[in-house]
Amino acid sequence: MGSILKLDRLSKAFGAVTAADALSYDVQEGEALGVIGPNGAGKTSMFNLITGTLAPNSGNVEFAGQNVTKWNAARRSHAGVARSFQVPQPFSGMTVFENAMIAATQSAGLHGHEAERFCLEVLEQTELLPKANVLAGSLTLLERKRLELTRALCAKPKLLLLDEIAGGLTEGECASLVQTIKDIHASGVTIIWIEHVVHALLEVVDRLIVIDFGKKIAEGEPHAIMNSPEVKEIYLGIEADA
Amino acid sequence: MTLQDYHVTRSSNAARVAAILGAVALIILVAAPWWAGRADMRLMGELFLYLALASLWNLMAGYAGLVSVGQQAFVGFGGYMLFALTMFAGLHPIAAIVCAGVLGALVSIPVAVLIFRLRGAYFAIGTWVIAEVFRLGFAQISALGGGSGSSLPVAIVKSLASKRAMRESLSYWLALGAAVIVVTAVYLFLRSRKGLALTAIRDNELAAGSLGIDIWRTKFVVYVVTSALTAMIGALIFLQKLRISPDAAFSVNDWTAFVIFIVVIGGIGTIEGPIIGTLVFFALRETLADLGTIYLIVLGVVAIVMMLKAPKGIWGLIRRRYDLQLFPLGYRVIAPGKSDKS
Repeated sequence: MGSILKLDRLSKAFGAVTAADALSYDVQEGEALGVIGPNGAGKTSMFNLITGTLAPNSGNVEFAGQNVTKWNAARRSHAGVARSFQVPQPFSGMTVFENAMIAATQSAGLHGHEAERFCLEVLEQTELLPKANVLAGSLTLLERKRLELTRALCAKPKLLLLDEIAGGLTEGECASLVQTIKDIHASGVTIIWIEHVVHALLEVVDRLIVIDFGKKIAEGEPHAIMNSPEVKEIYLGIEADA
Repeated sequence: MTLQDYHVTRSSNAARVAAILGAVALIILVAAPWWAGRADMRLMGELFLYLALASLWNLMAGYAGLVSVGQQAFVGFGGYMLFALTMFAGLHPIAAIVCAGVLGALVSIPVAVLIFRLRGAYFAIGTWVIAEVFRLGFAQISALGGGSGSSLPVAIVKSLASKRAMRESLSYWLALGAAVIVVTAVYLFLRSRKGLALTAIRDNELAAGSLGIDIWRTKFVVYVVTSALTAMIGALIFLQKLRISPDAAFSVNDWTAFVIFIVVIGGIGTIEGPIIGTLVFFALRETLADLGTIYLIVLGVVAIVMMLKAPKGIWGLIRRRYDLQLFPLGYRVIAPGKSDKS
């Protein structure tokens, strides 16, 4: 298995604020990579750079062997990059099922009956099937997070980016979400997961990177990283939330 | 109860009833020359053309988020093309209307490339500026009467039909046909894959982009198609008026302000909204027009109250209460054991 995503000295600054500072790393196909770091460290900006929502000041993004740095978000989505947003971004005037259909028809390129069947399957997997006809604007937080995941899956991704999908959930909700994510990973989808809820993250990921001020400051086996003095220092006070 | 027992439908009983009632209404309307008076037919013809303009503006602003206050540019352009093509190129008026649409599409392409660089309020102002440029430009063409405008020669009017009654019927049918074609086209487009993408853009551009929808291209196509159809409606409007001048052709009040009123009152971002809005607008106009300025004050008050109390318009109120959709665009998942009768 080769590398599916390669960030090469990726940099992005908003005025004086550095969101990404010569960020480089590889993600192997089928891997699950965890990303942690303090608030404002540039984690979501890194996702925006990978999905094409943001253009970098310098550096390159390679996806599945192609340089996609100049591609817009739509084209990268067609190539197989999907994400869930930290702050859910539902199509609020449409039903849950229609939200799923958009991903299946526009990103995955499925048609008619095939798209409908696929959406039903994914909705069953993400446990939103009973809510299929509900307007997305009237969902609860957990349901909105599940909708984010549903849409991302309906896009048939090769690479799935999850942005704090477990934040704000109760213990029980979090456990069932972790199980769903484990199943998705087991089906062969490569995952990058940003999460403050570290115990949930550690149940899934094979490798962890730590980001602060847009820089990668540590990388390696998850438990070893969490026990390193440098990471403990950054997370002092944050670990209590987890 | 397995997943195989679930199925997906795109219709509902309400929509089927609405389709039958719509078909009956259409037959009655097509027969209007046999039951309606001349004044009524002229009024209905005008109503249909406003319905077409409102449906197009709704597609552009309500779905694609392109809040243009300059669609009079294309209404006037279409009107002037009708006059120019019939007077100088000797085209039949109907052929000239079709050509006006094609030319409208061609002109809208460079306009789109220019104004799509602007966002939000700046886009709106930009469209208005473009419309003013069109008005000033056509006022310079002395062959078309310059600033004072010109009338359609009698020979061209007669080429449509020699008898006056036949001309009036034909002009009514053209207006009705235009409204039916525009509403049907908007409906079929919104029901298609591209329409699903456009509805996603209406609700959330950020999410739409990351789900594979090319936002710029989708908006561009919507802008060009609505501009082309708006130009054709403009040609029809001035075929009924028989006289054109820059001020009438590029009037922001007549072709944009009233159209926005219709869409906002009826319910922006829905197909039903412009239909209801057009009926309300004409009802208000016909009952209050004798009052002069007070009529415009009433329109303004109605618009302000609606925006504060029901920002989604009359159709938004109805839909919230009854969960109705007369034009079935959506998808409904039917669970096993439940009927799909809604």
